[in-house]
Amino acid sequence: METNTQILSTEDLRSQEYFLNMGPQHPATHGVLRLLLTMDGEIVKNIEPDLGYIHRGIEKMVEYDTYRQIIHVTDRLDYLSSHMNNEAVALAIEKALEVEVSDRIKVIRTMMDELTRIASHLLWWGVMGMDIGALTTFMYAFRDREMINEIMEKTTGARLTMSYNIPGGVMFDLHPDFVKDVKAFIPHMRKVLPEYDRLLTGNIIFQRRMKGVGYLSAEDAISHGASGPVARGSGVRCDIRKKAPYSAYDRVEFDEIIETGGDNLARYQVRMREMYESLNILEQLVDNIPEGPYQMPMRTLIKLPKGEFYQRVETARGEFGVFIVSDGKKNPYRVKFRSPGFSNLNALIQAGRGVKLADLVAIMSTFDFVIPDIDR
Amino acid sequence: MTAEELKNYLQSWDDSLEFIEKIPEEVALFAALEDIPSEWLNVEVPLSHFKGIMQHLKSDENTAFDYLFNMTGMDWGQELGVIYHLESTRHGHILVVRVRTADRENPEIPTVEDIWKTAHLHEREIYDLLGIRFTGHSNLKRIFLTPDFQGHPLRKDYEDDYMILRK
Repeated sequence: METNTQILSTEDLRSQEYFLNMGPQHPATHGVLRLLLTMDGEIVKNIEPDLGYIHRGIEKMVEYDTYRQIIHVTDRLDYLSSHMNNEAVALAIEKALEVEVSDRIKVIRTMMDELTRIASHLLWWGVMGMDIGALTTFMYAFRDREMINEIMEKTTGARLTMSYNIPGGVMFDLHPDFVKDVKAFIPHMRKVLPEYDRLLTGNIIFQRRMKGVGYLSAEDAISHGASGPVARGSGVRCDIRKKAPYSAYDRVEFDEIIETGGDNLARYQVRMREMYESLNILEQLVDNIPEGPYQMPMRTLIKLPKGEFYQRVETARGEFGVFIVSDGKKNPYRVKFRSPGFSNLNALIQAGRGVKLADLVAIMSTFDFVIPDIDR
Repeated sequence: MTAEELKNYLQSWDDSLEFIEKIPEEVALFAALEDIPSEWLNVEVPLSHFKGIMQHLKSDENTAFDYLFNMTGMDWGQELGVIYHLESTRHGHILVVRVRTADRENPEIPTVEDIWKTAHLHEREIYDLLGIRFTGHSNLKRIFLTPDFQGHPLRKDYEDDYMILRK
């Protein structure tokens, strides 16, 4: 007589692949991203992203806009890096018209960039903890991010979609409190960042979720077009601030953060250490804001010469590019936004293969997606 | 390499073409586009030899373009095409390659998905918005728009009475 154990010998046990629908209304996707997962038990075999839930056709829309209007649309791409996105368009227009902006504008733009980068990384850190079940981080990060939002609000009048850059300068001069507020913010941030490490980084559960999970090799990162902290976590030197310095980045000293682990923890550490570097940059500039005009004289209706103009900037998520093809009219002929999230999503397909479903949530957190940036 | 050195090096390929078979004499392999003001070298590649050249741009030791950082689908009115922005992480130089096809009804360009994996999503996007078919792509279907969507919105002759206001 056969026993139960004989019937269930491993040769007879078979698993069957099935599809799992993740999103579009999934809290860990931070927006409306839908992933079609091919699963074998708990193991993710393949990821197929289904995009377009907030596709607004921005590239078509801007073909009917003037160059001044385009800047306001780019806020709505990666809303956490809105200042850098604005800056990319403004720099591309200035490059095309061969306008050299004053030192004051360059320094203001760089300082705003770094404040935005810290704000974005803070939000990422808070939400990342929440994704893997540590609710406290969210409260800490939002408490400190509030300080940056208030600095932004005082100068630009907006907290998130700032539209502060215009072709040839910035929209308003700095608020009289700006220097004082930034000087209060830097030591505060230096004090709380080690606190963050004690709260989350050293946690044993957190370390287990991070170490060795979601491995992405340097070769794959380059081939998949990854940039920003995702590629730097795999040991790829890709910081546009170093490779092709713009604004005031050629006059400040800072390190390009490289981690070679290629796993979740490496990407996490890159962002944590980048916040210190951003504080260094702010510290070097806050006492040396040059005098000068905050806007250069420009025509109200800007017409770019015939040609193709490309500008790359480093946002909080990676390399953002604006490619403007102009035929000499007041509207561009074609504009392409190279968004970091879209290419990083490619790398997620690679890094997320063969992991457990719960780990995919953690991997997506360390990739730090902003969905409007992917969908455009 | 600087843009000038890169240009001279690419032109030297015209003479030693062991990586592509049988090239008709009249086809210029690279047409350097001087009239486009750009900080980088712009070249145009004939569609017939496009795939072989792109493979060689990555595998050649002296060019080693391993990072495709941007792909732009273009509609030039009569012709459709794609602009590739390539960078070498080893050498640090940048090359802008363009390829065009005059066939608007059934435009086809070979895929570069097997050379740079990032092209997988970018080519799906260009297919969706401009209707260029990338031959050999593993999963070419619409990415942003719904599968039953008619037309390709980024084409200049795309008509939509409701969404696009014509002045």
